Amino acid sequence: MYGYYLTIVLAPLAAAIIAGLAGRRIGRAGSHWVTIIGVGLSFVLSSLVLKNMFWGGAEAENIHVYTWAVTDGLRMEVGFLVDRLTALMMLVVTFVSLMVHIYTIGYMREDPGYQRFFSYIALFTFSMLMLVMSNNFLQLFFGWEAVGLVSYLLIGFWFKKETAIFANLKAFLVNRVGDFGFILGIAGIVTITGSLDYAEVFASAESIAAQNIEVFPGTPWNAMTVICILLFIGAMGKSAQAPLHVWLPDSMEGPTPISALIHAATMVTAGIYMVARMSPLFELSTAALGFVIIIGAVTAFFMGLLGIVQNDIKRVVAYSTLSQLGYMTVALGASAYSAAIFHLMTHAFFKALLFLAAGSVIIALHHEQDIRKMGGIRKYMPITYWTALVGSLALIGFPGSSGFFSKDLLIEAVKESHWHQGPTVGDQITYWIAYLSVLLGVFVTALYSFRMFFLVFHGKERMDAETKSHLHETSAVVTVPLILLAIPAALIGWFTVGPVLFENYFGDAIFVSENQDVIGHMAAAWHGSMALLMHTVRTPVFWLAASGVFSAWFLYLKRPDIPQAIQSKMSGIYTLLDRKYYFDDLWIKGFAAGGRSFGQFLYQRGDQMIIDGILVDGTAKTVGRLAGVMRQIQTGYLYTYAFAMIIGLTALLGWLVWLR
Amino acid sequence: MIGLEHFLTLAAMLFVLSIAGIIINRRNLILLLMCVELMLLAVNFNFIAFSRHLGDETGQIFVFFILTVAAAEAAIGLAILVVLFRNRRSIAVQELNTLKG
Amino acid sequence: MIMELSQHLLSFLIWLPIIGGVVLIVIGDDQDVTSSRAGLMRIVALAVTTATFLMSIALYVSFDNAATGMQFGEKIAWVASLNAFYSLGVDGISTPLILLTTFMTPLVIIAGWDTIKNRPAQYFAAFLILEGLMIGVFSALDALLFYMFWEAMLIPMFLIIGVWGGERRVYATLKFFLYTFLGSVLMLVAFIYLYGQTGSFDLFGFVDAPLSLAAQKVIFLAFLLAFAVKVPMWPVHTWLPDAHVEAPTGGSVILAAIMLKMGGYGFIRLSLPIVPDGSEYFSGMMIALSLIAVVYIGFVALMQTDMKKLIAYSSIAHMGFVTLGFFILWSIDSGTGAGLGMTGGMVQMISHGLISGALFLCVGVLYDRVHSREIADYGGVANTMPKFAALMVLFAMANAGLPGTSGFVGEFMVIIASFKANFWFAFLAGSTLVLGAAYTLWMVKRVIYGEVANDNVAALTDLNRREFLVLAILAVSVLIIGLWPAPLVDMMNVTIEKLIEQVGYSKL
Repeated sequence: MYGYYLTIVLAPLAAAIIAGLAGRRIGRAGSHWVTIIGVGLSFVLSSLVLKNMFWGGAEAENIHVYTWAVTDGLRMEVGFLVDRLTALMMLVVTFVSLMVHIYTIGYMREDPGYQRFFSYIALFTFSMLMLVMSNNFLQLFFGWEAVGLVSYLLIGFWFKKETAIFANLKAFLVNRVGDFGFILGIAGIVTITGSLDYAEVFASAESIAAQNIEVFPGTPWNAMTVICILLFIGAMGKSAQAPLHVWLPDSMEGPTPISALIHAATMVTAGIYMVARMSPLFELSTAALGFVIIIGAVTAFFMGLLGIVQNDIKRVVAYSTLSQLGYMTVALGASAYSAAIFHLMTHAFFKALLFLAAGSVIIALHHEQDIRKMGGIRKYMPITYWTALVGSLALIGFPGSSGFFSKDLLIEAVKESHWHQGPTVGDQITYWIAYLSVLLGVFVTALYSFRMFFLVFHGKERMDAETKSHLHETSAVVTVPLILLAIPAALIGWFTVGPVLFENYFGDAIFVSENQDVIGHMAAAWHGSMALLMHTVRTPVFWLAASGVFSAWFLYLKRPDIPQAIQSKMSGIYTLLDRKYYFDDLWIKGFAAGGRSFGQFLYQRGDQMIIDGILVDGTAKTVGRLAGVMRQIQTGYLYTYAFAMIIGLTALLGWLVWLR
Repeated sequence: MIGLEHFLTLAAMLFVLSIAGIIINRRNLILLLMCVELMLLAVNFNFIAFSRHLGDETGQIFVFFILTVAAAEAAIGLAILVVLFRNRRSIAVQELNTLKG
Repeated sequence: MIMELSQHLLSFLIWLPIIGGVVLIVIGDDQDVTSSRAGLMRIVALAVTTATFLMSIALYVSFDNAATGMQFGEKIAWVASLNAFYSLGVDGISTPLILLTTFMTPLVIIAGWDTIKNRPAQYFAAFLILEGLMIGVFSALDALLFYMFWEAMLIPMFLIIGVWGGERRVYATLKFFLYTFLGSVLMLVAFIYLYGQTGSFDLFGFVDAPLSLAAQKVIFLAFLLAFAVKVPMWPVHTWLPDAHVEAPTGGSVILAAIMLKMGGYGFIRLSLPIVPDGSEYFSGMMIALSLIAVVYIGFVALMQTDMKKLIAYSSIAHMGFVTLGFFILWSIDSGTGAGLGMTGGMVQMISHGLISGALFLCVGVLYDRVHSREIADYGGVANTMPKFAALMVLFAMANAGLPGTSGFVGEFMVIIASFKANFWFAFLAGSTLVLGAAYTLWMVKRVIYGEVANDNVAALTDLNRREFLVLAILAVSVLIIGLWPAPLVDMMNVTIEKLIEQVGYSKL
């Protein structure tokens, strides 16, 4: 299998290099073919790998590729760990990536940077595969930063747009804040275990948990808690958890295909994947899990609310991504790692679908993104309409869709989690925060998804006549990926929920300690997809979602005057939401501006005034001034010199005569 | 009886006068040169006084040397003075301060 | 002949470029670049530096990674009355630095190919002589010889900045000279004291000499001033931005890529083994100064409006990692980690040489076209210079320490080593992830991205073949070290292990 793995990783890289360096020579068609073949090859091989794992019963493989460096007893290597978790991620990544590659042919048709774009997304696929297939922390960090780099390049793909280059800098820097925590976490792991290799680190997880780190002198904290929180800070950056979420909505400045690929389906889920991969560590620190679940809950609920007031079609989807990532994080915090990964997978399909559908609308409307200028598109774009409907239904968890199984069970897992059983008040508070957030989030999700859906596809046609006259369904390269993504978005939950969640698909890839094993606990009550479907009408989740859709219909189609009235009545809350809880201001006006004025202060006061002004030039000036004083003695008049001579002579004589 | 002390006192007075002349005089370079001559005379006085006192002629021979050198020096000094006057139209000492740093 | 060459490889490396430089001065005339002989000058300069580089490849090939002692040793009596020898030799610390020197100099020659209009022969000659002297510093094993090369090195650099520099070149060059000279004179005093103790100028004799703690402290401080100025460490760093801003492109490249490394080399070759207890005594202060360099300078770099100044400040911040890695040793209680810090520091020196050199070349490319270093005078360069933009973004990312580029390797090792010492050391060091990215990429945003800002940018032409060649070579080497640092690290491992062992023995 070694050759397989190597090909899976290197095929997109080779394609990216060819399209990037020889793009002009091989032309537009050449570059999309070479990258599609590269990524397609990866996809086919990944499917084979998954098939071998799933049906062939292949064992997890831990493969050494080459030694990056060895020094001082620390081996830094590059290698692959391919187990069932990895195999699933590989398939998701390569599949969505392939769809996006095909879609891009249509979306970027008129763009002068066509080859560059294909090169970037193939490079992204390579980086993401390096990330998920890594068997050690070094390579994980490499993939982690490499996807960040490609994300930076792609958000700023239209580098003439001021907003785009602002957004990509912001995205990179906010991610770097997360990576800052991440690298400290890795350093902590190396400090205690002396290894970067997953297997070795997991084997000595107990020894980490047995140690303390004194971050503040005198207050020893459990080393595992410190390390896990540091690692999770990395995940917060990459998976856009509050308060490091600010970059994701702005990242919509990039072309839509990458919003689907990077900022919905794959890269942003890297944090979720990482925590699941580190489950043997996280399981040993309840405090860290508490931190994870609270952050996730806050993100899931409050970011969803923001989706309601957005008017940019892509930003609405972006906020829904934030909220769904929050859901996954909550599941991680509830020790339901497999539920998180399952939701990650279904989310990848339906969210990529939604983004691509949004992109299809955007192309049809000649790059108009404001949903207030859309409406009634249904009859012009039937394929887009139906696929978007599938995506939206999956997003809100319509019974039977993929999102239904993943989200319903995720909420169930939170309800059943060890936090609920926890003895302390803190546990109970954590539980209620998490549970209420994910539960109420269902209503919010339904409201904003269908608000957007109705405003775009139904109701009055609000675009101008010129646009309307050109409005028609997009070409096959756009709609085929939509259909191909709609199939798993609708159906994959039904078939995979049992095997993936309850039949111990992940095996050793995910470790859950016995008393926190909520999924194992739920497996006992699992009677198949059908039973869950039958049961759904009796759950609050269903009714919350239904009322959300109904509210959206009532407010935005039936009585569009009501939202206006609410907006003017509750302008305080509206402003708060519109300003995104002032987080952007905190980062930009707070930290970024603060850092700049601090830098200015240090430069002007420290470097220019004190060091250069006083110490360096000051010394030079002092010498100069002293010389200036001494110079006064040199009058130039002969008689003063003569006088000085006589004084000196007298003094010398006096000394000779009297003092000797 | 006029003794050695009187000669020495006179020489010292002449010497001090000449120093005063050098320091106080700011107007005329010629005066300065004269003061230098005077200073040399004061020294000569000492030589002669000691020569007579000790009965050694060497001192008096030295005086001749000094007189010769002084004459030469006065000639050079006056020549410089003339050149200086040509260049600067002045021989006032207080204007000759180009030597300052 | 081949025998001769292999036995005296280091001497050849040192003297070939120096003789080449002298020849250039002799055959060169004072005319400008249009003179008929200017073409010949360039070819001679390039041939000499390339030959030197090829010889250094021979050095690399025959270098034995496993040997603990000095290799390619040469020892000839020099000043008999002072018991000083012409004594050369290299180990795993100096060889990579020599390779860096021989690698960068031909690139600088190519980069200055036809951009230097004024006295090209002398310009190239200065670089050739400088190269020989720098190799001399890295291979000298006799303190007097070391000192001679060390001081002689100032002269060509002084001339490069002073003759081919910008508007305020006199101020900058004087500042540079006085700063570095002040430091190195104290080093000479320390050498003379050690000579008094041991009776020779042999560096190994210095290493073996027993010294009291008081003496060690004083010697350490004398060394510190010499090396801290070169590195440069906060607060004796302010000469560097001025020198860089005024220096011609080639001067900036050599200054950043190699001359700054002299400071780090001095610490690891002299301070640590000769005065281990003194180093230990002051290690806390050194760590503090290094961290100040990383954080304080990071913030200062953020607010620079001049590209060269920004890169100069970023150099200071990156060199903070070098000194941090070298002096973290005593803060680590047990186990491994000391070697990680030291290897990290060494790798950081090599990597910084490549990256900062490349960035200065990038600024040089822009400066040659627009004659401005101000960030505000640019914007949207990617529109007119796509190739250049791609390379510049790559180097900027490397400067921000992106994994996969060489910039990451050293920082990663040093951060791990400092976590072993103390969480907050690692925290402050790690802040470079954010700060480094902020100042570098903000500059990239303002210079490379955006709409075409003005007519100057609109008139830009993309890299010519010569410029592309230089930057592409650097880009490839940055990526190779980033993706596979093992050859570099293996070269250092044995030497660093031995050094740590040596430093571990107290001299008291």
